[in-house]
Amino acid sequence: MIFGLEFPPISHVVEWPTLFGSGPFAVNKVVLLMWLSAAASFGIIYLGGRKQQLVPTGVQNVAESTVDFIENGIVMETMGSDGLKFMPFLLTLFMFVLTCNIWEIVPVAQMPVNARIALPAFMAIVVWFIYHVTGIVSQGPIKYFKSATIPPGVPKAILPLVFAIELLGILITRPLSLAVRLFANMLAGHLLLVTFAVLCQALFTSTYVGAVLPFALLVFLTAFEILVAFLQAYIFTILAAVYIGGAMHPEH
Amino acid sequence: MLHFLAQQDPGELEAGLTAVGRGIVYGGAAIGPGIGIGIVVGNAITAMARQPEAAGMVRTTMFLGIAFTEALALFGFVLSFIIAG
Repeated sequence: MIFGLEFPPISHVVEWPTLFGSGPFAVNKVVLLMWLSAAASFGIIYLGGRKQQLVPTGVQNVAESTVDFIENGIVMETMGSDGLKFMPFLLTLFMFVLTCNIWEIVPVAQMPVNARIALPAFMAIVVWFIYHVTGIVSQGPIKYFKSATIPPGVPKAILPLVFAIELLGILITRPLSLAVRLFANMLAGHLLLVTFAVLCQALFTSTYVGAVLPFALLVFLTAFEILVAFLQAYIFTILAAVYIGGAMHPEH
Repeated sequence: MLHFLAQQDPGELEAGLTAVGRGIVYGGAAIGPGIGIGIVVGNAITAMARQPEAAGMVRTTMFLGIAFTEALALFGFVLSFIIAG
């Protein structure tokens, strides 16, 4: 209760009742939205690639610009041309994270799937496995861990400290921050929208005209959340690309 | 003061202090990253203005820098929810 405004507790904002199933296989709205976004990201790429026209229209336009964005904006900028073999993975990651995020502003759904930690944590673990396996395969296990934990040109005296920090970095901090960044951004955006929606509703029922200003801000914030959804999908993908690229090529 | 506090419901005081603690955790965590992101973006804009042809590369690196800096504030944000009442 703040100035007579009843704000729902945080658990009511992100937790949804089970629709069907039970135990670990229980399905609620978040899981349904996750399935929908998996289907949507598959559908966009599949429909865009099925009938290829010289001049793209409709879905093909969306699919081609996404592929082009991932290829030139992320892979070539961070990994170079031998990172192109990770293109399918990064494209899938980007499409899936973006479609999961965009539910935040879709009417009726209004719930970003990534505002629950499970999905970002799982994707971060997948990225963690992929960059370690890539490093071990392309450099050999001993050379990979040496190049990843001992940066060149460090004085002997502080080498143990740097080694400990870098080891902690590649094993724990990287996947943790990757997951928490996406999760916390989406949760913060969701809470922001909920706060202003509650404020609008309370002011509308009490004063009618008082709701105009918060409503304008709510519309603006919804537009801002579209930007955040894109930006977080981009940042998640580019960080995955940077980690994989760093594991492929040792630092000079 | 103590007499006044003693009149309160003990759970109420604890809930209030928890709320204050959450505010301090998030507020404190936002100071450093706020300054840091300002520095990152400011320098990126300077670089883009000096060399517009390198803008694409600078922008990519800028987003990376923002992501790394911002993570600290987000840890604070998540921690403020983890603090139990």
